[in-house]
Amino acid sequence: MTKRKFKFRFSRKLFAYPYLIFMLLFVVVPLVIVLINAFLGDDGKLTFANFAEFFSDAGGGLTVLGNSLIIGVVTTLICFVIGYPCAYLLAKYHASNKVLVLLFILPMWVNFLIRTLSTKAIFMALDIKLGMGTVLFGMVYNYLPYMILPLHTTLVSIDHSYIEAAEDLGADRFTVLLKTVLPLSLPGIVSGITMTFIPAISTFAISEILSSSKIFLFGDAINMHFSKTTNSFGVGSVMSLVMLVLVIIGNVLMSLTDKEEVKSTL
Amino acid sequence: MKIKEKIRRICADGYLGLVLALLYLPILLIIIFSFSGTSNFSFKNGFTFDSYAALFSGSDQASNLLAALKNTVILAVSASVISAILGTFATIGIYYLNRKIKKIALTVNQLPMINSEVVMAVSLMVFFAVFSRIFPQGMTRLIISHVAFCTPYVVLSILPRLQKMDPNMYEAALDLGSSPFSAIFKVVIPYLFPGIMSGFAMAFTLSLDDFIITQFNKGDTGIETLSTYIYEDARVKSLEPFWFAVFSIFFVVMLTFLLVVNIKKNSKKEAKQ
Repeated sequence: MTKRKFKFRFSRKLFAYPYLIFMLLFVVVPLVIVLINAFLGDDGKLTFANFAEFFSDAGGGLTVLGNSLIIGVVTTLICFVIGYPCAYLLAKYHASNKVLVLLFILPMWVNFLIRTLSTKAIFMALDIKLGMGTVLFGMVYNYLPYMILPLHTTLVSIDHSYIEAAEDLGADRFTVLLKTVLPLSLPGIVSGITMTFIPAISTFAISEILSSSKIFLFGDAINMHFSKTTNSFGVGSVMSLVMLVLVIIGNVLMSLTDKEEVKSTL
Repeated sequence: MKIKEKIRRICADGYLGLVLALLYLPILLIIIFSFSGTSNFSFKNGFTFDSYAALFSGSDQASNLLAALKNTVILAVSASVISAILGTFATIGIYYLNRKIKKIALTVNQLPMINSEVVMAVSLMVFFAVFSRIFPQGMTRLIISHVAFCTPYVVLSILPRLQKMDPNMYEAALDLGSSPFSAIFKVVIPYLFPGIMSGFAMAFTLSLDDFIITQFNKGDTGIETLSTYIYEDARVKSLEPFWFAVFSIFFVVMLTFLLVVNIKKNSKKEAKQ
């Protein structure tokens, strides 16, 4: 009996391998190739020149990264300031109204190009000059749902008795919010920040469209290095690695504060 | 105290309304002015269906759009069907892996979800360039890359259901004389079906919505999807009335689809509780 069972267990496990091989081939191997590419010169020899070029800011890549980080931080901050009250009020007054919550999340499933081009058309009709302001608006408009979703997920799951306990012990509303709700929603805050910040610095097209190509972000820079005309794969690979490091940092922070998966939507 | 609470609620709802307005105003404006036949947000031509008529005018733009739509649907359907099938078997397999390998498998599964889209797009592009003889440019590359970033979501939407499943169900099927294979097809998969369907819907939406990965991997065979065609055509020029109509249709179809899928899911959940 046990022997039979073992055999069947074995056969079910086998189902994982086609997928694992697929992912190894099309997700892991490509990343390894990018890693190798970062160490290859134009002549195909091992070199650190690509790293030197990026980190010495010879092609302006480091400056672009700096600008992107600043825009990313500002975007994330605005999203948080608008999004946290939203998620909080939704959890407090409308926790049972799933459709209302859904309305706040849905825009993230509508193609971002279409939404960005729509806002651009409106800005142009209103005679608003395209520049930093419009780029920031576009970023916040695009990433706000990504901030609200994880915040809302953690805020609705907070055990209400903690809040009651704080109130019973004499805390006023503001103290309850600051010392009970805010710390308890930390996992949501960290994942909201990661889900906004990472795409905000690495996206391309939003800044290009909403600034008429005047403002250039890290995602645009990576795109440029891999385009046919420039063809500087080496430096582009270094930049991709930098991006990957930022992604890993964000996710390590996320897993440190929360073990649960909040990315499940639809 | 009661009045105070009421005022608080009104303020809260006012704030929520304001943010919703911010999120939906651009969409609404585009839909309203798609009936103006102009692109400067005025009704100086009156109420007209001109922008919509332009879709059927047989112009280059309209036929390019139709070709792009066709590619988008072919891509989304193939990618989501493959993802759903691959993901179903993958989830069953991963669930029964030894702890250590399971952890590695789930980490690899997470990679496309957490990774920045640009990095994933670039890495696939470089990969396909290196192995260009094996993977011909065009649809093949696009389907492979879409399956690679969609399947992880399928796995994660099936896994919770598999964890909830009573393992005795499978054992019972075996005890009643079923072969392991038919036990999986006749017991396990039907039980997982709701998870498979929501994973499929998610993969379909993700593939439909994708721009960055498609843009990097479409190659130069002239293949365009809706998003890449929009990017090529509408980015440089200002938005023509034609696009107002296209965007409006897109908004309405997409939002209705998502609302229906989600409300159906929610009501099912509630019925169970």
